[in-house]
Amino acid sequence: MNLTLKIWRQKDANDKGKLVKYKVTDISEHMSFLEMMDVLNEQLVNSGDEPVAFDHDCREGICGMCSMYINGQAHGPDRGITTCQLHMRMFNDGDTIYIEPFRANAFPVIKDLVVDRTAFERIQQSGGFISVNTSGNTQDANAIPIAKSAADEAMDAATCIGCGACVATCKNSSAMLFVSAKVSQYALLPQGQVEATDRVMNMVAQMDAEGFGNCTNTGACEVECPKGISLTNIARMNREYLKATSKG
Amino acid sequence: MTTLNSRVPKGDSLANKWSNYKEHINLVNPANKRNIDIIVVGTGLAGGSAAATLAELGYNVKAFCYQDSPRRAHSIAAQGGINAAKNYQGDGDSNYRLFYDTVKGGDYRSREANVYRLAEVSGNIIDQCVAQGVPFARDYGGLLDNRSFGGVLVSRTFYAKGQTGQQLLLGAYSAMNRQIARGKITMHNRHEMLDVVKIDGKARGIIARNLITGEIERHSAHAVVIASGGYGNVYFLSTNAMGSNATAAWKIHKKGAYFANPCYTQIHPTCIPRSGDYQSKLTLMSESLRNDGRIWVPKNMDDVMAIREGRKKPTDLSEEERDYYLERRYPAFGNLVPRDVASRAAKERCDAGYGVNATGEAVYLDFKSAIQRYGKEQAKLHHITNPSKEKVIELGTAIIEAKYGNLFQMYEKIVAENPYKTPMMIYPATHYTMGGVWVDYNLMTTVEGLYCIGEANFSDHGANRLGASALMQGLADGYFVLPYTIGDYLADDIRTGEISTKTTEFDAAEKSVKEQLDFFINNKGTHSVDYYHKKLGKIMWEKCGMARNKKGLEEAIQEIQEVREDFWKHVKVPGSLNEFNQELEKAGRVADFLELGELFAKDALNREESCGGHFREEHVTEDGEAKRDDVNFAYVSAWEYTGKPSEAVLHKEELEFKDIELKTRSYK
Repeated sequence: MNLTLKIWRQKDANDKGKLVKYKVTDISEHMSFLEMMDVLNEQLVNSGDEPVAFDHDCREGICGMCSMYINGQAHGPDRGITTCQLHMRMFNDGDTIYIEPFRANAFPVIKDLVVDRTAFERIQQSGGFISVNTSGNTQDANAIPIAKSAADEAMDAATCIGCGACVATCKNSSAMLFVSAKVSQYALLPQGQVEATDRVMNMVAQMDAEGFGNCTNTGACEVECPKGISLTNIARMNREYLKATSKG
Repeated sequence: MTTLNSRVPKGDSLANKWSNYKEHINLVNPANKRNIDIIVVGTGLAGGSAAATLAELGYNVKAFCYQDSPRRAHSIAAQGGINAAKNYQGDGDSNYRLFYDTVKGGDYRSREANVYRLAEVSGNIIDQCVAQGVPFARDYGGLLDNRSFGGVLVSRTFYAKGQTGQQLLLGAYSAMNRQIARGKITMHNRHEMLDVVKIDGKARGIIARNLITGEIERHSAHAVVIASGGYGNVYFLSTNAMGSNATAAWKIHKKGAYFANPCYTQIHPTCIPRSGDYQSKLTLMSESLRNDGRIWVPKNMDDVMAIREGRKKPTDLSEEERDYYLERRYPAFGNLVPRDVASRAAKERCDAGYGVNATGEAVYLDFKSAIQRYGKEQAKLHHITNPSKEKVIELGTAIIEAKYGNLFQMYEKIVAENPYKTPMMIYPATHYTMGGVWVDYNLMTTVEGLYCIGEANFSDHGANRLGASALMQGLADGYFVLPYTIGDYLADDIRTGEISTKTTEFDAAEKSVKEQLDFFINNKGTHSVDYYHKKLGKIMWEKCGMARNKKGLEEAIQEIQEVREDFWKHVKVPGSLNEFNQELEKAGRVADFLELGELFAKDALNREESCGGHFREEHVTEDGEAKRDDVNFAYVSAWEYTGKPSEAVLHKEELEFKDIELKTRSYK
């Protein structure tokens, strides 16, 4: 198929940036979206132009590196996938595709489609851990049985890949789904109880300090999340937060 | 040629070596650790766990990764699980059995003492990860669940759905975050190490490029740890991440670290087959699928052709018309033979013409039997007497979905076929590299103060790695081995003080790094970096792939040299130095792969035997199985760089097996 691409080009963080039109031809429907981008970049390099910068790495939907906003949707027009898992069979011959970076004040553009997500790092550093040193003499892994349902629910929260689609999608640029996934994972497990109060207070404080917006229960984040992280996690985080603040 | 000293502690039985050794090596007192810096390059399971543990101990850690976060290292993509000799299933597992299976699985080409140590600390890894909040799968009683992997007869694999690597890495990442918050780890995201700096023969720092600004930076430390993963991308197409590269490992090789067994690579049997020339990478389907999936091709050539031409569907074929070739050839292990055996068997069928897709390079992985089995079991559990066919399928599908849901979804997104209804198509692809930087028992390379851990080193998997052992080794090295052994070395450095970066050694290293980068930008050639990478990949796959022979390897060496020469003349890198420039990053990585590939072929040519993932067509048994030569090749090939890959000098580490009898590996 033949496609018209309108891609956000921005030299660096200080550049204003603009949409630039490109054409690609003979694109196979079996290609992944990023393979289509590879074809474009090969074309650009060969013609002496600068290729489009975009983040990507594992190309199997787990590292969370890829981050495009395609036709107004984070990770494009399919559900439960990242951009690297999007295939060209989702498009039609002659389509015009708009490709932009994830947009949020807390995610400044580095170049073209590449954004800076280190705000997520600082949130995790503020409390996204259980304080246990490596010693070789922690108690046996089976010493505390954990109900299968709790373990499974914790796992569902823990599958967050930290891509930032929730932020890019949210009209408030809220990071609540991302933060609540980590808070929930530990809140559901006995290991996480000891530091539960500090964790939720610190992570929420850091989230606010980074300039992410608040949650107004629209639920767009859940729809666009490639890993299907549930909105229930936000409710759980709010409960944890209330518990923590009411303790005083 | 010299013989290498592995520094395996003498005396003691295998079972006591590590604990005795640990009790007698030098320690650094807590107050002195504050004055010692350690650089860790790479933040996957090995690097991440090492960085966190070293920081917990009190060292100042400087960690580097090329991704925008340590959480994105490619360990994250490991699906199936992690082995540990916990014997929670009571099926007779023990440290010795895990050790034995690993040495045998590695076709008797790994270092016995390292492997025993690995088995010994495996249980601690699970304890540590659970304490960190890693949500491993559990059974209804709340205890940890296990599954089986290839090459073993017990269930010792712990897992978190099909995302075990992700959960373990996020565990290590959380431990790192705690230390980053305390200021004990300085994290350098989007940085790439481009050289190591040696002072008086010791590793004392690195030169790194800030991938956002392009700035070349100097970082010093008392010791340097390389944890940068494997070199699978030398094949261009692999299951590795696009950015996975060998540059850190190759640069240290060029500065004196020997490179061991480069020809030992793992071609994983269950990957999604390639579909076209545009393909950028291959996707793995976890080995855990072989617990429930049965591998087959049609028995009759007529059916093969009918399927290829779309006249028949695989589901049209009766049981009698299918050749479950692994069950046929290896009745004892069946679909759970080790990876090298399963891959070669798939190649054998496809080479014989029985491949089931248009390219002729695909076999089926079928869940029909498992869906039936689970369906019937569930019907019984739910007291449904005489369930309908549909009900059995429905109940069985639910179990398969709970076990492998994310893998099935991944497959469906890529191939656009529903694997619950029609069998998956799979074919082998490059996945892991057992070879790597040579290290001694302390995980130190042949350069003092320079360590190498995880997939980047060579020691534990021999010529073939068993499933669910990579995660185990990465975390063993990082959590439980290196943090002890590095102290023994650093105990002499407590009076050294901070290492200055204003030295002639740093000047020289920075200069050569800058010269190479300048060259790429100014070369203004005619072909893109990928053009060369694909050429190299094709040579590697065709001549250094699942089966190798003398003629092909000699051709490969010649052809790689030609591609490399052409690369240095005509490569084209757009953009400029001081900016975010992904083509420039790739150029440096491919330049190193073009040298590594040649050493790989040279090593494969030297090893005149078949063992594990290294299969020489000249060395096979009568029934086509790999034929090892323990008399002449029971050694590690460690190559010393002397200016060109073709002139690399071979050093041997003789492998001793005291606790294990060398046998022909049989899975029949």
